[in-house]
Amino acid sequence: MALKGNLRDFSFSQLLNLISLAKKTGTLEVHGLDKDALLSFKGGKLIYAQNSRADNGLGAILARTNKLTDKQYQVIKDRAENIGDKELGLMLINSNYVTQDEILVSLKQEFVSTANDLFTWAEGIFQFENNIKPSPDKISLLISLENIIIEGSRQLQEKERLEDEIPSLDMALRFTENPGTNIRNVNLSVKEWRVVSFINPKNAMRQIARTTKLTEFEFRRIVYSLIQAGLVEIIRPEGSKPSSPKVSTLPVESTDDQKSLVNRLITRIRSL
Amino acid sequence: MQTVKMVVTGPFSSGKTQFIQTVSEIDVVATERKISSESERIKETTTVAMDFGRITVDDDLVLYLFGTPGQKRFDFMWEILSEGMLGFVVMVDSSRPETFREARRILETFRAYAPTPYVVTANKQDLPDAWDPSDMRIALRLAPEVKLLPCVATDKESVKNSLLELLYSILERMDP
Repeated sequence: MALKGNLRDFSFSQLLNLISLAKKTGTLEVHGLDKDALLSFKGGKLIYAQNSRADNGLGAILARTNKLTDKQYQVIKDRAENIGDKELGLMLINSNYVTQDEILVSLKQEFVSTANDLFTWAEGIFQFENNIKPSPDKISLLISLENIIIEGSRQLQEKERLEDEIPSLDMALRFTENPGTNIRNVNLSVKEWRVVSFINPKNAMRQIARTTKLTEFEFRRIVYSLIQAGLVEIIRPEGSKPSSPKVSTLPVESTDDQKSLVNRLITRIRSL
Repeated sequence: MQTVKMVVTGPFSSGKTQFIQTVSEIDVVATERKISSESERIKETTTVAMDFGRITVDDDLVLYLFGTPGQKRFDFMWEILSEGMLGFVVMVDSSRPETFREARRILETFRAYAPTPYVVTANKQDLPDAWDPSDMRIALRLAPEVKLLPCVATDKESVKNSLLELLYSILERMDP
């Protein structure tokens, strides 16, 4: 019988725990709101993973992990499109592009990353089919789930903490007016610089995350570190502030009437 | 009859119910329940929906004070309560630095809900372990223009001062 449900009710860590303890063999498909993922297991261990967000071919994975240059990847894509991963792997090893170890490390990194991402999905329809194996042209590994569960749970806790610190990405960022700090003297990664270059009271954080092609988790992590370093602060985006709170908050229309109403409140509270 | 409302928010046990009780002319309509979570059992009861206080200004105007539930699992109520508010007060227990991060989260959430003026109160300043407001400003990462007011929620003058400062901020916002 297939194992079906929603991550909203049965979390991914619970699901992995079940697969690990029951030493299940089969394939888990998860359909999220805007992305899908597929993971295969053998005897309770992860053997393969792919997601709908990226090219899951071996060439693309090796390019993402910097084992192939973009040019080499493009050549492979053009000339070896119909070659399976196993055959392509052998060709790359024989032609001394990469070693077997490099392929295995890159694949492990990719599979674990796909699994880790699933910990952050708040919901998604999942279905586990027993004994369904990955396509025979795919390279399988054998990765224990314990470390993935521990690392994923750690990331989930970090995600929740970041959401506590930065609850809404509809707010904007601005540089703090701290005369002792010069952002040019701070060591930032390439991703952090990309975010910094878009910091402007007019840009909502969600827009920056989208423009810089970062996941919300990655983006929050960067913003959190910039806030902690005292370099930026959260503000309401420029242009979204109404000229006065009269429309939704005060029962009178004109500014004079509103001021009069607030002054009546002040007089009353002073007299308490 | 015209009515306006202000929201009093803050972490669990920051003194929201007491703040409203101190100035409300009616007994606060409190929706308190015994606390079920061991980790939050530093007092016997907590607000689960909202506290509700009233100050009649004159024949034609009433100010309502709404206190939000402090426990995190009731935060779905916040957005409902913040709708149409004139401004809000974020209460922080000065003697419990472990709640400062939660106070920041609440402040950011309310700022995202509505662009209305707000003040932050450093409550329980009468306790021996209370942090100095200037240290709290740094810990809470409040910008210099945000009003952080020392407060003792059991003291009427102190509560009045917090509400007045919020009303002054509302008046300032009306000036172009």
